[in-house]
Amino acid sequence: MSPQETTRWRRGKRWLLPALLLAITIGAWQLAASSGLLANVLGVEDFLVPSPVEIASSLWGNRSLLAENAWVTLREILFGLACALAVGLLFAVLMHLSETVRFAAYPLIVASQTIPIVVIAPILLVWFGFGIGPKLVIVALICFFPITVSGLDGLRSTDPGAIKLMRSLDASRWQIFRRVEAPNALPSLFTGTKIAVVLAPIGAVFGEWVGGSSGLGHLILTDNAQLEVAREFAAVVVLSAIALVLIGLLALAERRVVTWR
Amino acid sequence: MFVSISGLGHSYGELRTIERVGLDVGEHEVLGLVGPSGCGKSTLLELICGLLEPTLGTVAVDGRGSAAERLARCAYMPQRDLLLPWYSALDNAALALRNRGLGKAEARRQAAALFERFGLAGFESSPPAELSGGMRQRVAFLRTLVSGKPLLALDEPFAALDAITRAEMQEWLAGALRADPRTVVLVSHDVEEALYLSDRVVVLSARPAGIVAELQAPAPRAPERDAAVTAADFVAVREQALHALRQPTTVVP
Repeated sequence: MSPQETTRWRRGKRWLLPALLLAITIGAWQLAASSGLLANVLGVEDFLVPSPVEIASSLWGNRSLLAENAWVTLREILFGLACALAVGLLFAVLMHLSETVRFAAYPLIVASQTIPIVVIAPILLVWFGFGIGPKLVIVALICFFPITVSGLDGLRSTDPGAIKLMRSLDASRWQIFRRVEAPNALPSLFTGTKIAVVLAPIGAVFGEWVGGSSGLGHLILTDNAQLEVAREFAAVVVLSAIALVLIGLLALAERRVVTWR
Repeated sequence: MFVSISGLGHSYGELRTIERVGLDVGEHEVLGLVGPSGCGKSTLLELICGLLEPTLGTVAVDGRGSAAERLARCAYMPQRDLLLPWYSALDNAALALRNRGLGKAEARRQAAALFERFGLAGFESSPPAELSGGMRQRVAFLRTLVSGKPLLALDEPFAALDAITRAEMQEWLAGALRADPRTVVLVSHDVEEALYLSDRVVVLSARPAGIVAELQAPAPRAPERDAAVTAADFVAVREQALHALRQPTTVVP
């Protein structure tokens, strides 16, 4: 193999190997489910253990229902993330610019994360009703923390020498922020946002569980009660597809923005 | 005198870094500051630049004593090149102009005019990571020059380079200063580098830094570096400086 081919092969392997593993897992699942082996082992009825083929056919058969509910959940995720990003960035910048604010707020922000969202979700429902409101708040509450911490960390990790240099090059406080500190914080901020994107669907689904009449989380809950297990799995597939696409988009944005890494 | 320092003292809390330093630098003079590592040379440079305020005594640049006014007159070049990786070589060089509110195109045009002279033509849009160590240092120096400030404060500008590149860069800087004389304060831990580039070299003691010797350089910025640094008078002054450096510090009670 020529060196170029080797590189291409190595790059290809990064896609091929997980795809292969996934195919093997699905294949094994298909065999175990369709032969009734899995249901036997679990000691439950056959229809409670859908095979991948059944899930796929449910995915297709219920496509409009799934799309309708996915759209609800996607909106909750996106608006919640937008709120988290706005609040998280605001907190990070304020705490970076003022030591007083940082000393006062940082321990409280960390402490706020020790309150389980499970506990306050019902209260949020009472306050914000059954619409999209409480879901946004739950997603934002979960997601602002990694964004705040990673943003602040990125801003504070700026080389003090670079700041001295900028001062000697007549930079104002704003110019130091705009030209040195903010770009310096970007890689770290992207890492924090990726964590937030992974957490956001969990928040949205949980918000729908506590009080909702639509969305993938709501669908999963009702399907579970009605023993519609295949459709339940189909909803899970859609939910993880949403998260994967969001992470992919974020990674793409990172590659375009952070060109120096 | 362009820079006048008198009775200068500085300390970080209990740690005394600089003690009773008096020093003058004339216009278009290159002054070298050498001393053992950690002695406070860089602190002295930051004091001159207005990046720090003295605890005692005064520093004036062009007759101005406040930190803000000193900062407005000094261009500081740090030890590491500190080129910003998110900007191209040209945008790094043009930073001071951009900070002063010049538009992107005009700032680039002015900085680009110097690229040829610095042997950097063709690398304007390269990201810093794609430049060699010597080129990065030249961009950093260009960035300092483009600021157009009357005093250049260079903090061990070539310390991070390998020996061959360092010698080349010294020769290059000597040429740049011959062509375009500036008032320079150059900090170095390398006696030979300081003596070759400076008109006058001040030897500092270990911390707290005080002046232990002041030496005139025999052939400042001579075109032939290798010949200059091996000439008998150069070697004699170099030995004198090294001797002053090695002296045990007189401990101030």
